[in-house]
Amino acid sequence: MSAKQPMHAGRSIEAVAVGASSGGIDALTLLLQALPPSFVPALLLVMHIPASNEGLLVEVLAPHCALPVREAFDKDSVVPGTVYVAPPGYHLLVEPARTLALSVDEPVNFCRPSIDVLFESAAYAYREALLGIVLTGANEDGARGLDAIRRAGGLAWVQQPSTSVSPVMPESALRYAGADRILALSEMATELARFVRP
Amino acid sequence: MTQHAREDAFDHELKLLLDAIYHRYQHDFRHYALASLRRRVSQAMQRFGCRSVSQLQDRILHEPEVFAQTLEYFTVQVSEMFRDPDYFRALRAEVVPFLRTYPSVKLWIAGCSTGEEVISLAIVLDEEDVLDRSLIYATDINPKALGVAKAGVYPIARMAQFSASYLAAGGTRSLSDYYHAAYGSAIFDRSLRQRVLYADHSLATDAVFSEVHFVSCRNVLIYFDRELQNRALGVFHEALVHRGYLGLGSRESLRFSALAASLEELPGRQRLYRKR
Ligand SMILES: C[S@@+](CC[C@H](N)C(=O)[O-])C[C@H]1O[C@@H](n2cnc3c(N)ncnc32)[C@H](O)[C@@H]1O
Repeated sequence: MSAKQPMHAGRSIEAVAVGASSGGIDALTLLLQALPPSFVPALLLVMHIPASNEGLLVEVLAPHCALPVREAFDKDSVVPGTVYVAPPGYHLLVEPARTLALSVDEPVNFCRPSIDVLFESAAYAYREALLGIVLTGANEDGARGLDAIRRAGGLAWVQQPSTSVSPVMPESALRYAGADRILALSEMATELARFVRP
Repeated sequence: MTQHAREDAFDHELKLLLDAIYHRYQHDFRHYALASLRRRVSQAMQRFGCRSVSQLQDRILHEPEVFAQTLEYFTVQVSEMFRDPDYFRALRAEVVPFLRTYPSVKLWIAGCSTGEEVISLAIVLDEEDVLDRSLIYATDINPKALGVAKAGVYPIARMAQFSASYLAAGGTRSLSDYYHAAYGSAIFDRSLRQRVLYADHSLATDAVFSEVHFVSCRNVLIYFDRELQNRALGVFHEALVHRGYLGLGSRESLRFSALAASLEELPGRQRLYRKR
């Protein structure tokens, strides 16, 4: 398996948790576009946008993606090959029982949804079956969460800061947590698209 | 201990802690959603310098004032005025006309936290001329939050956001008409709280206490597991008069509830339900 799918590093990835902030819509569009219908993991996504932008992300991303793109709903079961977007104004978390959870806990790093909150809960739920990805952004959200993912045995990819619209978030993730791979977006899209049914 | 063994121990000890709290203090968190609870219990451990959940349990059981302080971690006191302005618009359009048909009405805000939602509802009722005939029950399990709600005093810095939401919610005046500013605080008019009864009531352990025409329970059920959600919804259903209304938070619904058949959802995205 590791020969055919080198990115797995001998592991099967059940979920991919992605965090993005400023410049994130274009980056996410590029990644989601690359995913074939046979993509296996569930994709959990936190993107910082103001709470007033109801439903905007799903509307913007869905047309570019062969997989179903949904707003995350409290207590929904996580279905493989589905993209779940955190609703604006709510933290998105995931339970070890593979169900989603929303909360209105205080903002973390001034953000709700916060990438750290998603990543930390996902690290706990999925352990080594998780891939965490930090994309472009102008704050430090995601760094602690990525560290939690790595400590739980999961994989970490970070967008190459020099190719990010806003390098602050990838840089702080690299500084705080490090990464298994540092990738430009197009490379990342290609690598991500490998997590398909054999 | 490996990372994974530590995590298993965490969940195991968390269950024991919730059991212990229930037996010692009768606060029942045993059916709360775990993902956010884990996070907040970790924060409480840090705050009290505990290396394990059982260490925290030891302090909670033996020091009631530590329990009182950890209540701030077991419950989430985050609220705003006119959160989701469209919800309050829908109240004006849908619920108020129903309330008007009664000479006196009772409303219940369950999980009112620090009272922002109570003020918002009272303002809507006042502008629609039904506050005088209303009695609002505002309940929560957090005594500190209820204290803030009763006082009706909020940092003035929050008013810019609240007042934008008030206007987006169809407010007909200016939010500043309802408070006066002093020493960095906005002190809301006593008249808004005159028709409000603040009380300690738990959706996990207490029963119906009155018949009501409208229940608003927002951003509380997401902290419960399905079983406890069903319990709370059962209490609301029982409390509601025939054709009474229930309002939930913007990301809550009856989708997983046994009561979905006994409450009809109003069209639109406002999470307003009506007893059949
Ligand atoms: C996030 S706040 C929601 C405040 C407000 N309803 C709003 O939407 O802005 C959740 C509130 O639910 C309260 N709560 C938690 N468990 C409860 C229970 N078993 N019974 C009643 N209230 C509870 C908490 O103390 C907290 O004040």
